[in-house]
Amino acid sequence: MSLTNEAVKQRLIEKFEGQVANFDEPYGMLTFEAPKEMVLKVLQFLYDDNELKFQFLTDLQAVHYPSQPGRELAVVYHLHNMTNNVRIRFKVFTGILQPDIFTATNLFAAANWMERETYDYYGVNFVGHPNLVRILNADEMDYFPMRKEYPLEEQTRVDKDDEMFGRG
Amino acid sequence: MVDQHIKLPEGSIEKQTTTLNLGPTHPATHGVFQNILELDGERIVSAKQTVGYIHRAFEKIAERRPLYQITPLTDRLNYCSSPINNMGWHITCEKLLGISLPKRVDYLRVIIMELARISDHLICNSIVGVDTGAYTGFLYVMQYRELIYEIYEEVCGSRLTTNIGRIGGFERNFTNTAFQKLEKFLKEYPDVLREFENLFSRNRIFMERTMGVGPISAERALNYGFTGPNLRAAGVDYDVRIHTPYSSYQDFEFTVPVGTTGDCYDRYLVRDQEMWQSLHIIEQAYKKVQEFKGAEAEVFHADVPEYYLPEKKDVYTKMEALIWHFKIIMGEIDIPPGELYNSVEGGNGELGFYLISDGGRTPYRLHFRRPCFVYYQAFEELVKGSMLSDAVIVLSSLNLIAGEMDG
Repeated sequence: MSLTNEAVKQRLIEKFEGQVANFDEPYGMLTFEAPKEMVLKVLQFLYDDNELKFQFLTDLQAVHYPSQPGRELAVVYHLHNMTNNVRIRFKVFTGILQPDIFTATNLFAAANWMERETYDYYGVNFVGHPNLVRILNADEMDYFPMRKEYPLEEQTRVDKDDEMFGRG
Repeated sequence: MVDQHIKLPEGSIEKQTTTLNLGPTHPATHGVFQNILELDGERIVSAKQTVGYIHRAFEKIAERRPLYQITPLTDRLNYCSSPINNMGWHITCEKLLGISLPKRVDYLRVIIMELARISDHLICNSIVGVDTGAYTGFLYVMQYRELIYEIYEEVCGSRLTTNIGRIGGFERNFTNTAFQKLEKFLKEYPDVLREFENLFSRNRIFMERTMGVGPISAERALNYGFTGPNLRAAGVDYDVRIHTPYSSYQDFEFTVPVGTTGDCYDRYLVRDQEMWQSLHIIEQAYKKVQEFKGAEAEVFHADVPEYYLPEKKDVYTKMEALIWHFKIIMGEIDIPPGELYNSVEGGNGELGFYLISDGGRTPYRLHFRRPCFVYYQAFEELVKGSMLSDAVIVLSSLNLIAGEMDG
């Protein structure tokens, strides 16, 4: 029996009721979010459940939305059920002042470096991570470069303002 | 007591093990990354990897680049098979923009992608040979990688960092020379590969150096996020080309070779068999391409003027082409908002693109899922307890590409 997005959604609502929310299906991939305290519970349920079995962590990264106060950082998990070939996207939002999220390293060994990379880029503090240090950037760096407050171009240039990139 | 001039780290005299820096510029690492190995005699007690020496912040750069300017960034990920990265990026964009391609373009892409896969596997397998002490195979197959590069050159003008194709298709139609070179490749390569197999597959030294070295079970491999040939060598038949077909892979007959033990020898064998399968796919694709006759045989891109850079001669003679050319080059095309994860089967695993667009002219966020960044974490588990010389073979048989790892 193949697993459909609708079945995954129903199963999650059954288990967590109102706590998983904002279901969407952009380009056919089921996307939903949960409060950040729930992250491990949801991941564990997705991993263990006999029907769902999302046991492969394809990708983990963060996105910065400076315009959403209290929910500036989104940590995005892409999970894959290889038996039924279903992918889902699971998001957890956190405030930027205290970006603490439980680590998924106990569930997925692959999460180790992915979380280090996410920490390196966005400063998400993965609570319980065995070795949360920078991985790609220099250890001495004292800021998180992928955050939107660090624009790529030099700010004194007038020929490349945001207007030219469609966000004036 | 005299002042000690050299300050040794605490406890370094008392400890019974040797610390060895393998890399970052050691020739055996085939790329700029460091392994700090703790050795007891020649046995590896622990291994600590340092990556990031050639980190170029592609994800940050991509946030200020229009879509077509991101293709050259993808070249520099896994540069042994850049066409796959380029195509993967184009396919992601096309999916976001809702562009569907003519079949001929899909088949031409398949030809290029499979050639790239062959050249990637060829490098990897022959480098495993070099690291076990057999240089001949490496030198011998290089001329056929050269032939693949000549085909790229004929199609797009460059060889290593190809920047091949456009959103919507190719920049020009394949020339007759390109097809002739492809035919030459299809005719001569099987013998070369057979010769290469004769050198390695049943070579006793090679087998003893690679069998049982750096094994991983299927469960551990999945947990570590292995994909591609390394996962298949552990016995999991996961292949993006089969699971989520892109670029009309569903039209082709091919099998997915799998191993059992996930050791270096199995990884070698899986790559070797995949080259045969790729060859088989190219033959089918070439046959399908030849079936297009008349006007259909001239199709090499989809009709998407907003994203497909017009031909230069049209730019000089046609008003619309001039306008589109200007708008595309200046990056003045708005991308529709959307959120998308798309992946292709890269040379060494699942290469994913996570693209978020907020309706601006550049991606809001673009993340590359770089397969070898994910699976290199398992290195310590693979080499713990084995000999130093095994670590070198494990490194090369994992097909680690520093450019991809560091993003």
